[in-house]
Amino acid sequence: MTIQEVQLDRKKSPFYSRQAKLDRLNQWHEWKGYSSADAFYNAELEYFAIRNSTAVFDLTPMTKYRITGPDSLDYIDRLVTRDMRKIKPGRVAYAVWCDDQGQVIDDGTIFHLMEGEYRLCSQERHMEWLTAAAIGLDVNIKEETADIAALAVQGPTSYSVLKNLGLDGVENLKLFGLMDFDFEGTNLMVSRTGYTGDLGYELWIDPSKAEALWDALFEAGTNYGIMAIGTTALEQSRIEAGYLAAYEDFLPALATVRTGRSRSPFEIGLGWLVDFKKPNFNGRRALAREKRSGSTWRLVKLDIEGNKPASHSYIYTKKYGRFRQVGFVTSAAWSPICKHNIAIGTVRTPNGKVGDTLWVEIYYQREMHWTRLMAKAEVVGKPFWDPERRRVTPPGVY
Amino acid sequence: MKTYDAIVVGAGHNGLTNAAFLAKAGLDVLCVEKNEYIGGATVSRNLYKDWIYSNASYVCSLLRPEIFRALELSRHGLQITPYGGGTVFMQKGGYLGSYPDHDVHHREYSRFSKNDADAYERFSADTMRQCRFVRDFLLRTPADPTSFKPKDLKRLAHLGSKFFEMGEDRMYDTIRFWTMSVAEYLDEYFETDVIKAALSGSGIIGTALGIHSPGTAYVLLHHYMGEVDGNMGAWGFARGGMGAVAEAIAGAFQAYGGELRRDAGVEQILVKRGKVKGVALTNGEEIDARIVVSGMDVKRTFLKCMDKKDLPADFYHRVENFKIRGSSGKLNIALDGMPSFPALPKGSPLLDGDMHFIDSMERMERAYDDWKEGTWSKDPYVDMVIPTVSDPTMAPPGKHFMSCFVQYCPAKINGREWKPEEREAFGQTVIDQIAEYSPDFKDLILHVEVRTPKEIEDEAGLTEGNIFHGELTMDQLMFNRPVPGYAQYRAPVAGLYMCGSSTHPGGGVIAAPGANAAREILFDLSRSNTVPETFGDD
Repeated sequence: MTIQEVQLDRKKSPFYSRQAKLDRLNQWHEWKGYSSADAFYNAELEYFAIRNSTAVFDLTPMTKYRITGPDSLDYIDRLVTRDMRKIKPGRVAYAVWCDDQGQVIDDGTIFHLMEGEYRLCSQERHMEWLTAAAIGLDVNIKEETADIAALAVQGPTSYSVLKNLGLDGVENLKLFGLMDFDFEGTNLMVSRTGYTGDLGYELWIDPSKAEALWDALFEAGTNYGIMAIGTTALEQSRIEAGYLAAYEDFLPALATVRTGRSRSPFEIGLGWLVDFKKPNFNGRRALAREKRSGSTWRLVKLDIEGNKPASHSYIYTKKYGRFRQVGFVTSAAWSPICKHNIAIGTVRTPNGKVGDTLWVEIYYQREMHWTRLMAKAEVVGKPFWDPERRRVTPPGVY
Repeated sequence: MKTYDAIVVGAGHNGLTNAAFLAKAGLDVLCVEKNEYIGGATVSRNLYKDWIYSNASYVCSLLRPEIFRALELSRHGLQITPYGGGTVFMQKGGYLGSYPDHDVHHREYSRFSKNDADAYERFSADTMRQCRFVRDFLLRTPADPTSFKPKDLKRLAHLGSKFFEMGEDRMYDTIRFWTMSVAEYLDEYFETDVIKAALSGSGIIGTALGIHSPGTAYVLLHHYMGEVDGNMGAWGFARGGMGAVAEAIAGAFQAYGGELRRDAGVEQILVKRGKVKGVALTNGEEIDARIVVSGMDVKRTFLKCMDKKDLPADFYHRVENFKIRGSSGKLNIALDGMPSFPALPKGSPLLDGDMHFIDSMERMERAYDDWKEGTWSKDPYVDMVIPTVSDPTMAPPGKHFMSCFVQYCPAKINGREWKPEEREAFGQTVIDQIAEYSPDFKDLILHVEVRTPKEIEDEAGLTEGNIFHGELTMDQLMFNRPVPGYAQYRAPVAGLYMCGSSTHPGGGVIAAPGANAAREILFDLSRSNTVPETFGDD
């Protein structure tokens, strides 16, 4: 018996050689066993690549599953809360899935690759749950995280870059659509998806072609301000877009130790993904009960006065001059593009309706000394950043 | 003649902890120890040349950090260093590793099953939830559910609130958890035999139960609720061997003005007119004290060291029936060098962890079958560590000390005493099992100390060599430990207290029984409390 030894070192993505060449900061962190860069040159510059030109982010470490088999649609439909029958081949759906208590296990994107074949991308690893959720159905679930190299190509010039790369027809690719192209004899899948809230794409290819794709992409992007980015810039942009991050804005229910720390889809602003017209899906009974009796928590997007980011802040209501703590900020950032001080938070219902005024307690440090301030925060309904160019097809040339 | 405020019987870690907290409160305390060395089962011994053996307990995790801090054990020389990982060697070649790095651990489990790798997250979360529930009670005196005293009602209310805090579904889980077997518990998460075998060991260590016996899921928890510097579930080595724990506590005790006497075994705890009077030593000397605290297990305390006339009959019979069964033995080995384990890659960090040689649930249960039939396991569960990989103080440079905890090993062979040749054969069984995975192991052996329950009882005084001073089963936990009605450290004789691991929360070098008993004694004496509150665990 030959034994495949476990790799003790951190794993390197198939793009690592190219990233290492660009890297000036040597700031890396772990992402599901892979080395992933915080930033390569300067997080601020990288952020502006997302909003101003084209940013390339290596999302290979993202957990990916391939779901095939005659019952794959039934399976996916029962797994997640939204109606997957509406998601035709060639389309991508953002979805959330729950345990029997209606608590969110994770969110992710589901790619309907072809009739009866899906890819599910999630932040966490769920093989055990995905297998358990297959009872009674004929499906095959395979983890393919390491079998696919993936890049996010995001920003206003991203379309031009892909066009310049020679992807003819990419102009017809609609938001949440996917298309297959040929890249040096290998299939290159392109989806118009992303985590930045901007015009952008995600590219999926066999790892053997990863370096060639990277090289060609950067070649094609030379005149379009293409830039490799790390997680810091991406994090800033996803908060602007109002997207959630597991372990920040919600906790995967199965890994939650303390009672009351998990959340239902309603409690993290994803009620629109729950479709009670479906007769059966995981968590339906509990969610129907919650729908009737009301939720405990509500996710809020906050527009905060001033310019001090409200990371780790408590959220308060103020009545008759008295503050009452009703929740806390889970993600916060200064938005350079909007010039707004923004945050995502969780508050107890009935607080936090759109238009409500809340208060956040901000601590900030300047030259060793700390200052505390109470800042007014308005609950907003829309994402902070949602440009028209994100959806326009064919995309504009910027 | 001098009358002490308190005499603590036995300088094990609980006796010493108790004595230290009493001395800290200003009491005039004498701690007597039958051996010429202290520590009880928390001991470092020099039995061969320059080697130091942790010859009873061998790793540390459960020792409460509150006690560590309150007694300033670091100032008294105690260092606990965490060790990395563990290995299960497989019979047909290969191994399963356990790594402290979260993702490496996930990758390792993925070699066997992606399901199991992901299930480990759920297992950890669920186990952690139960740990947090139990941990909160370690440094608290158990509630007496039949009492209406405000103190007990408060304790019961606390228990209730902690329980209800978990929420409906989790409450069901908790009830199930406390009564199920470790095999059933693991079946709810894992599919791979070797992974289950690896995790099930914690469910039977020190217990005369098999992996399929109800109650063993709790024993697993008992081994998981410890920590090294906040890393829950982590285990570590005490620098200089486990005796360093006892030495540090003894250092604290003496710094508070306590008096320690070695070679002073207690023949009998003396009672006069229903009240404790002091102790009589084996050499005939009598020492008076207002209070006597026994760090010995309850059987040894009440069945061997007291006059039956001084005890209530019901209590006596309950103590007789207290389950404290010999189930484990120990091999302590001096090695001429580091044995090689060819299955492991060169330089593997697993060499710095614990090693095991049983790779299936069936073999785990078969090991127990032998015990039930009145003999030692022919294919035993061995928990082996080589602390000298990271501790330079326990063996000469380049040499090593190996500690092998062995299960199962009965107190008697088919109901009769062990014969010397049987003890040899028991030791050989263990050596042969290890040698299957380490070809040079046998040649490196310089000295072996084989300890069956009998040796452990004779030296450390543990009845039947039971490492926990009594089984950790539901019927003997919390307010039922050691026996119903006597869980609050007070014996049925005025002035007599219990502080050994037979009392809540049980054994495992936690030191909580000693501390909890001290708190009750100080309460009875209307002294101000020196025992720390439990760290908040929210």
